Amino acid sequence: MLENAFRGGKCYWMLVAFWSALIVMGLALYQQQFTDGLIITGMSQDVSWGLYISQFTFLVGVAASAVMVVLPYYLHNYKAFGKMVILGEGLAVSAVLMCMLFIFVDLGQPTRVMNVILHPTPNSMMFWDFVALTGYLVLNLVIGAVTLEAERRQAPPPKWIKPVIYLSIPWAVSIHTVTAFLYSGLEARPFWMTAVLAPRFLASAFASGPALLILLALILRTFTKFDPGKEAIQKLAVIVTYAMLANVFFVLVELFTGLYSDMPHHVDHFAYLFTGLREGGEVFSALVPWMWVCEILSLVCVAVLLFPKARAKEGLLALICVGVIAAVWIEKGLAMVVAAYIPSPLGHITEYTPTLEEVGITIGVYAIGFLLLTVLYKIVLGVRERLEAA
Amino acid sequence: MSQDRRSFLKNAGCAAMGIGCGFPLLGVGCNRAEHGEGDSQTSQLAMIVDIEKCQDPKVQEACTKACHQAHNVPEIKDKHHRIDWIKSEKRGHVFPDQTHAHADKTVKDMPVLVLCNHCDNPPCVKVCPTAATWKRDSDGVVMMDMHRCIGCRYCMAACPYGARSFNWSDPEFKETRKLADYPRREKGVVEKCTFCEELIRRGETPACVEAAASVSGGEGALVFGDLSDKQSEVSKILADSSINTICRRVSLGTGPNVFYIV
Repeated sequence: MLENAFRGGKCYWMLVAFWSALIVMGLALYQQQFTDGLIITGMSQDVSWGLYISQFTFLVGVAASAVMVVLPYYLHNYKAFGKMVILGEGLAVSAVLMCMLFIFVDLGQPTRVMNVILHPTPNSMMFWDFVALTGYLVLNLVIGAVTLEAERRQAPPPKWIKPVIYLSIPWAVSIHTVTAFLYSGLEARPFWMTAVLAPRFLASAFASGPALLILLALILRTFTKFDPGKEAIQKLAVIVTYAMLANVFFVLVELFTGLYSDMPHHVDHFAYLFTGLREGGEVFSALVPWMWVCEILSLVCVAVLLFPKARAKEGLLALICVGVIAAVWIEKGLAMVVAAYIPSPLGHITEYTPTLEEVGITIGVYAIGFLLLTVLYKIVLGVRERLEAA
Repeated sequence: MSQDRRSFLKNAGCAAMGIGCGFPLLGVGCNRAEHGEGDSQTSQLAMIVDIEKCQDPKVQEACTKACHQAHNVPEIKDKHHRIDWIKSEKRGHVFPDQTHAHADKTVKDMPVLVLCNHCDNPPCVKVCPTAATWKRDSDGVVMMDMHRCIGCRYCMAACPYGARSFNWSDPEFKETRKLADYPRREKGVVEKCTFCEELIRRGETPACVEAAASVSGGEGALVFGDLSDKQSEVSKILADSSINTICRRVSLGTGPNVFYIV
């Protein structure tokens, strides 16, 4: 089964080479960060978490969204997702790996990372996040390998895989919930300390993940003989629609509570994001254009998605999916983490802009994830092609 | 794929998982030092800051200099990366819940010394994934193990007081500065005030308290002692109803142990 990763046409190897080049660049920059320290990033004493942690937050959502395919197929026998499930699991594995890598590159002392295992701290949500992410990675690898192997042998999968698959469903919800809990229990950060953060994370995850899955399915159908089926893609589009509606609703709900209460420690963070803050003659508004693009894009995408005829046009659907991913990425991968630090608990306003090195390392990590995704999908394609040829 | 290769990979995977799950047992087996969070706290050290007396810039400078020198805190010019164990902040920012809109500007801008509050219920301890920071049983000091810290900066996200600083780069120590007998640390770890635990262990007082008292007019600017001792100066000041003391952001429930005389 795995030897399919080593057999491919020119397209495949060019893609592998492309990801590899980006990985080499990322590694070179990481070596610089490992030597010089996190000073080469744009983070500061006031904004001590930045691009790396926010990418982790965004990707945990993508990883959790595999449940949106697994649940209908395994729990409700929704046969149309038959070919989509393995794609979802591959995406989950790749996304979780990227999550763990982003946390790793964010650490000041990465060689000490095993301290989290050597000194387990059940009171810390970060410990549980480590456990949850590792478990989810193992779960999806095992499920993917076993179900694909069963398909290859054209035999039913072993009986013990069923409870493992069922376990992956609440586990998927839990990885994103525990990530939300990292943020939503901190009294120091009123922007994060909202009970709606966990539901909001899940809603945006179930919008961005399936949207990415739709794009991947369309790409596979265009460039290979693999076709997950129009019905599967359309059903995913419906899932994206409802998830995006929920996400927009949650954003509006948060804006209401924050802004109607007029409490400075709520209002200030929203004001920083949407209008900018003024202090001592200076204006701090780096994220303002991003936020407005994000919200308008969200509303436009949701509005178009509401029409089944629009969803049925796959070209338009692809465009909308890009829009959904971009909007959720801006919200989670740019704004959410950083805005909680501005203003700081001592009232300081320190803006955050990632440095080129930081962006380069981020791209490197994404390249590792996409390389793994490419390889996993190649294996799936290889197995399927053999079956179809036989 | 032959059966042998498949079995090998499966067995290797299971072995790796087994070893991974065994790591916590390895830790227990090696009898490593525990940073325990016991329920048997015997005393609580506390500090009282007299805002009036600490307004004197000589007192502020003496305190911060003594602290940073005693602990080899690097001098970093860049204000976004500087490390401070104790520093001056504007009163309006230190007590945001007790400063109203019509307060005089001199009140809002008044410098107030801030440091780690060694909280009763420290959120930083709650969130640390390696117990590199913990509340000591014997005296309630919130300790910091800079050799276990993995530099995840979760504690910095959790601290509502801005008391913690991260080493963004190697804290190079200039040879011309008098190096205190205090362990060096590497880049990539968080540090903060530890109530001079290396001094109080020897029965001495924290560096900032000593330094403030050595400035003329600075006696009593900082008072340090044990809250569980009803005869200590800190207990007496807090029990004195004619002296008005406040804490930072009490409503958060952290239980700070640094008190300010207003």
